[in-house]
Amino acid sequence: MTGVWTERFENPVSDRLHDPATTGYVGIGFGLFAGLLAIPPIEARSVVWSILVGIVGAMLGVWTATRGRRRLGVGAVVISLIGIGLGVLATRSSTGNLESVFNASLIAQMFAAATPLVFGAIAGTFSERSGVVNIGLEGMMLMGCFWGVYGADVGGSWVVGVLVGGATGGLLALVLAYFAIQLRADQIVGGTAINFLALGITGYFFFQLYHGNYISTGVSTIPNVKIPGLSSTGFLGPAIGDLNLFIWAGFLLVIVAHIVIFKTPIGLRIRACGEHPRAADTVGINVYAIRYGCVILSGVLAALGGVYLSDGFGGGAFNDNMTAGRGFIALAAMIFGNWRPFGAFGAALLFGLSSAIALRLQVYSASASTLFNVLPYVLTLVAVGGVIGRTVAPAADGKPYVRQ
Amino acid sequence: MSSDERQAPVPEQDEPGTTVAASIAMKHRAGGVIVPITTALLAFLIGGLVVLATGHNPLLAYRDIFNGAGLNWIFHPTTNIANTAAYNLSQTLLQTTTLILCGLAVAFAFRCGMFNIGGQGQYFIGLYVANWLGHSFAGMAPLPHILIAVTGATLAGAAWAGIAGVMKATTGAHEVISTIMLNWIAIWVGEWLFGDGGPLQNSANKTVPISNDIADSAKLPVFWGEKELQGLHVGFFVALAALVVFSLLINRTTLGYEVRAVGFNPDAAAYGGISVRMNLARAMAISGAFAGLAGALDMLGYLYHYGQSDIPVSSVGFLGIAVALLGRNTAVGVLFASFLFGALLFGTTHGLTSNVIAPDLAGNLTYIIQGLVVLFVGADLLVLSIWNARKKLRPPHRPAAKHAEAAA
Repeated sequence: MTGVWTERFENPVSDRLHDPATTGYVGIGFGLFAGLLAIPPIEARSVVWSILVGIVGAMLGVWTATRGRRRLGVGAVVISLIGIGLGVLATRSSTGNLESVFNASLIAQMFAAATPLVFGAIAGTFSERSGVVNIGLEGMMLMGCFWGVYGADVGGSWVVGVLVGGATGGLLALVLAYFAIQLRADQIVGGTAINFLALGITGYFFFQLYHGNYISTGVSTIPNVKIPGLSSTGFLGPAIGDLNLFIWAGFLLVIVAHIVIFKTPIGLRIRACGEHPRAADTVGINVYAIRYGCVILSGVLAALGGVYLSDGFGGGAFNDNMTAGRGFIALAAMIFGNWRPFGAFGAALLFGLSSAIALRLQVYSASASTLFNVLPYVLTLVAVGGVIGRTVAPAADGKPYVRQ
Repeated sequence: MSSDERQAPVPEQDEPGTTVAASIAMKHRAGGVIVPITTALLAFLIGGLVVLATGHNPLLAYRDIFNGAGLNWIFHPTTNIANTAAYNLSQTLLQTTTLILCGLAVAFAFRCGMFNIGGQGQYFIGLYVANWLGHSFAGMAPLPHILIAVTGATLAGAAWAGIAGVMKATTGAHEVISTIMLNWIAIWVGEWLFGDGGPLQNSANKTVPISNDIADSAKLPVFWGEKELQGLHVGFFVALAALVVFSLLINRTTLGYEVRAVGFNPDAAAYGGISVRMNLARAMAISGAFAGLAGALDMLGYLYHYGQSDIPVSSVGFLGIAVALLGRNTAVGVLFASFLFGALLFGTTHGLTSNVIAPDLAGNLTYIIQGLVVLFVGADLLVLSIWNARKKLRPPHRPAAKHAEAAA
């Protein structure tokens, strides 16, 4: 072993070329490129290119897998195969269709679809970093969906909606926190209960207050941010020129969450509670207070994602069970991103892109659309199975803490 | 103070309740039947308060739900199915059939220390396979056809859950996450199967996203009511038999002993020579078999076909969680709990008038009660603590440093 290390120091560059990890990442790059080749702007019309590039990626993956980095290698092979599959699908459809699916406004749609996931995934990150598993993200998001629109409708301003929506999410999270932290109930059972409760509460009051009709037009919605100087014809204009305020807020949230969790004393305390609450308690950190704070913050953030969904993305309308699993995709994004804000953000974008593509493909092919809809769940299943990379939860995640 | 009794801080890993099953089993040994009844009553009480707060009369609402579920049948038990109460009761039992099996699916995994949230997905997979097999082989004799469809669907449910079980056993992937993902994959598989041009979509009418009807030979016999009016099918007895099988399997077989041992304490089980991995995978598969069977009985018993729009509405797999928890993962408990939720499920869709409580409100009231039940059952440690020693609930006020001294 020592020989390997000295060699690495003596000849780092050539050794890095032989490092299976590098090859694995290059393989993943080839795999992605195989898919990208066939769609605009490159838009190769022959399937041969995708297959060739994909095979190179897969071979690099096999090489990596046989040299000790099994997970990375298998990941590269899988991505290459998906890339080839995409290439085959894309070259079989007409260029006109391709260009109407893959264009700059797809980027905007990706951000729009990803934003509830970003809020939800960051929400989950805070809760789980402090040691409380939050399966109830879906329910908290749903609370934000309904009460956000209700607040905007009754209060006359989307700001009121944001406040009311966030508060109701926090309130529901408080219930989870009380049961999970104070009463030491099983956190997953508690989270499941939260989801049922939110479904019942929002549905009940939707019928009670609005008789189950879509909330009427004229509700104050979260505004878009028009960036002056970006024309509507180029690439940047349609992509980011007219995004919702909450999409930008989501970007900001990721950065702030990263700084808070990894660069501040409070973040250190949060992580300590999630990794080793006994040690944290011993040095004087109030584990219960930190966990309460994080779970409630988690509820508020998830609900804000819900407010965006109904009062931003949805244009001020609510319907029953509106989140339709987005809270669970957010949970998946958090796991996929390895309990890190930027990782979660990347996963949320990937999943958002997937559902944006699915939405557009619906017109052309129902089955291809379904494929993109199901992709986030399959990827997460593969990720928790440890085939591509390994996800590592905080050590004390899900374990109740008993003060002594 | 109770903390005085402890001489040294105990590492969390050694405390009871490190696995779901262990904590639940501990609570169950202590509480008897009073806690689940209290839990249910409390949930109904809070649900009633919500009803009251929104300007409806909760007593009248619960009375209407009670009657809507056909429970008033007991006051005048005529055998005539044309009687509204008798018909309603048959529909409640129809829901009970499904919930028994979905509850068992959750309960069996709980007994092995796993939380199977994937009952809904496993139920769907069973439903799809039963539809496929029930539509194929038209013209076969009824008994073999039904057996093929039921067996196929049950195995499919087992295989679907088995994915999560094998992943848990081999890579340690948390079954909660993997079964949630498998739920959504099953939902999208259904959207694809019954959607435009999907393999199971109606072959006669290519524009509707609904499956074909299963062949007559695959339809289960109805013993109470009319087949055309969604009568109670023989699957009800299959579900009752499944309760007995569950009970025998858990309490009277080596397999059940191993499952319980792994559920109580995997390390001790492994020390005793039990293969934990094999048991995790196997228990999950058996768990999924119950849910798959539920899907099969629903499809062959009264649904006969399924459509895209039916998929997001179904929530029996999730109700199974409430059933299993309220029923304390025992056969008898599951029977009573599934009857309660079956009555709620059907009673809130039927015979309600909007001047008391609108059906839509009542349907959502079911979700609220379901959520409260799960919330309280998950925390029935709380109820027990209040029962046994109220002081234990009071958080200790002494600083942690003092304990370190006491330990040293």
